[in-house]
Amino acid sequence: MASIEIEKLEKSYGHVSVLHGVDLDIRDGEFIVLVGPSGCGKSTLLRMIAGLEGVSKGEIRIAGNRVNDLHPKDRDIAMVFQSYALYPHMSVAANMSYSLRLRKMAKEKIGAAVASAASKLGLEPLLERRPKALSGGQRQRVAMGRAIVRQPKAFLFDEPLSNLDARLREQMRAEIKKMHGDLKATSIYVTHDQIEAMTLADRIVAMHGGVVQQVGSPLELYDRPANLFVAGFIGSPGMNFLEATCSGGSVRLKDGSEIEARLHTSTPEGSSLTLGIRPEHVVITRDGSGRRATVELIEPTGFGIILHLSLHGIPFKVFTLDRQALAVTGEITVSFPPEYIHLFDGEGTRIG
Amino acid sequence: MKRSLLPIIAHRTAILFFIVFALFPLFWLLKVSVTPNDLLYSEGVRMWPSRTTFDHYTFVLRHSAFPTFFKNSLIVSASTAVVVTVCASLSGYALSRFSFRAKYWIVALMLLTQMFPLVMLVAPIFKILSPLGLTNSLTGLIIVYSAFNVPFATFLMQSFFDGIPKDLEEAAMIDGATKFTAFRQIILPLTLPGIAATLGFVFTAAWSELLFALMLINGNAAATFPVGLLTFVSKFSVDFGQMMAAGVLALIPAGLFFLLIQRYLVQGLTAGAVKG
Repeated sequence: MASIEIEKLEKSYGHVSVLHGVDLDIRDGEFIVLVGPSGCGKSTLLRMIAGLEGVSKGEIRIAGNRVNDLHPKDRDIAMVFQSYALYPHMSVAANMSYSLRLRKMAKEKIGAAVASAASKLGLEPLLERRPKALSGGQRQRVAMGRAIVRQPKAFLFDEPLSNLDARLREQMRAEIKKMHGDLKATSIYVTHDQIEAMTLADRIVAMHGGVVQQVGSPLELYDRPANLFVAGFIGSPGMNFLEATCSGGSVRLKDGSEIEARLHTSTPEGSSLTLGIRPEHVVITRDGSGRRATVELIEPTGFGIILHLSLHGIPFKVFTLDRQALAVTGEITVSFPPEYIHLFDGEGTRIG
Repeated sequence: MKRSLLPIIAHRTAILFFIVFALFPLFWLLKVSVTPNDLLYSEGVRMWPSRTTFDHYTFVLRHSAFPTFFKNSLIVSASTAVVVTVCASLSGYALSRFSFRAKYWIVALMLLTQMFPLVMLVAPIFKILSPLGLTNSLTGLIIVYSAFNVPFATFLMQSFFDGIPKDLEEAAMIDGATKFTAFRQIILPLTLPGIAATLGFVFTAAWSELLFALMLINGNAAATFPVGLLTFVSKFSVDFGQMMAAGVLALIPAGLFFLLIQRYLVQGLTAGAVKG
């Protein structure tokens, strides 16, 4: 196992720049999730760590050694691909042992390593099968098995669960987390699924447009998003945003009403702000106090209920566990508890 | 759901018609080859002669230079097929996976070579080969055939490599393989159907090539089978029976060859590599 340091890493294809200076310190044994919308550079970053993409500028160090110009085979990392990338002409056992055979390991040792990995993943009955005779979930397991037999310095996962159905994805997610708990291996996991990011990560790296937006524990990103992008990306249903201005030390919404919020004193008078509040933090008031909103649509999820409201013409969502909300029609009133209000300045940076 | 019978019958009839249409000349070849000379012109058009004989085959094998032609053709076609397939595998892989300077121009040049009618090139090629002592030799033929077949075979192999996911090589490289090991141990085994198709294609092309064989070879010693067939045409007559018998015999290696490779041609080896 090893730590991985990334310093001022840049990547460009011709004139197109994909990564704009990424800095990241990954501690030994840490589970890091790179998350962001497609095209944000997360996969490119992972492939650069793997050595499948060259480095345009900056430095990657694995266990303190600069690996910029090292061939993937010499970096001692394992990778699980989205497509699994199993070798179709080899049996499951041969797929798993391929890396060990390339390293000319003794036959008995290879057998033992494969057997132990197979028992961890429940693959023993499948060892003689070819990949085409496996289901999607089984192929995924084989891909994981191929990675763990080698006990590499680090594991890289490139959206490994995207091709599975929802139930299987949930199950594999738990297994990956359990496996990480057992192996304590440094892992970097790329996904666009924020639930995977939240549940698996020790620390999440939220990326957008080739720039790291925020690095922190899942709850840090949820509770104190550093900017509008992270605020909108983490959480489902997504955070509500309302335009506002700073007026006399308090926040004034577009409709002219004032709202109680903790605001930095340094915010200039009259500057425009964005107020954010998560749908699950909005309170539906029964006594008629608060803001009026019109119910447009009700989505029961079984677990809870998502209310689509119109707040002065602005779409607004509320999530509640209260089943009485299923019966609401017409106008309701909602209030925003001040401790759950996020404020962002004109540039989108968090200010309170 | 009960399917109506009519479309199925129409479909099968169409296939049957196509097969009959494609195979009829071969049947005619066989028919003439077993027809005794005295019946060839006397019986009119018949589907099968009233009396059959293997005399033509005996004559072709015992008393003509056909076995030499046959051996020459086998050497030339097999060598060409192997040389072309090895070159085309390497160049096709390069075109499929690497980006390098002048790639565009190399592809354009290779396409350009396919545009000329071969007749135009006979004289210059003869001029080039004769001082090198490569006319009237099987080596010369192999070189010329290889040169003409490599571009097309390269494109053919490239499309097979394109069909193999890049993830597989990347996985192999992360597993500890060099680029070449990944090519040899992962990609090449998966391209067997493509290699079989290329071998088959080049083999048949070389097997039936007449123009260059006729122009570059004189005398029976280095003649290939298509040139040999012409020896059955004499000044005053054409010995159809013997010619057809030779033709049937010439079909045998091509038939055997495809029997050997058909397993790879129809098999989708990449099944199960990636999601599906």
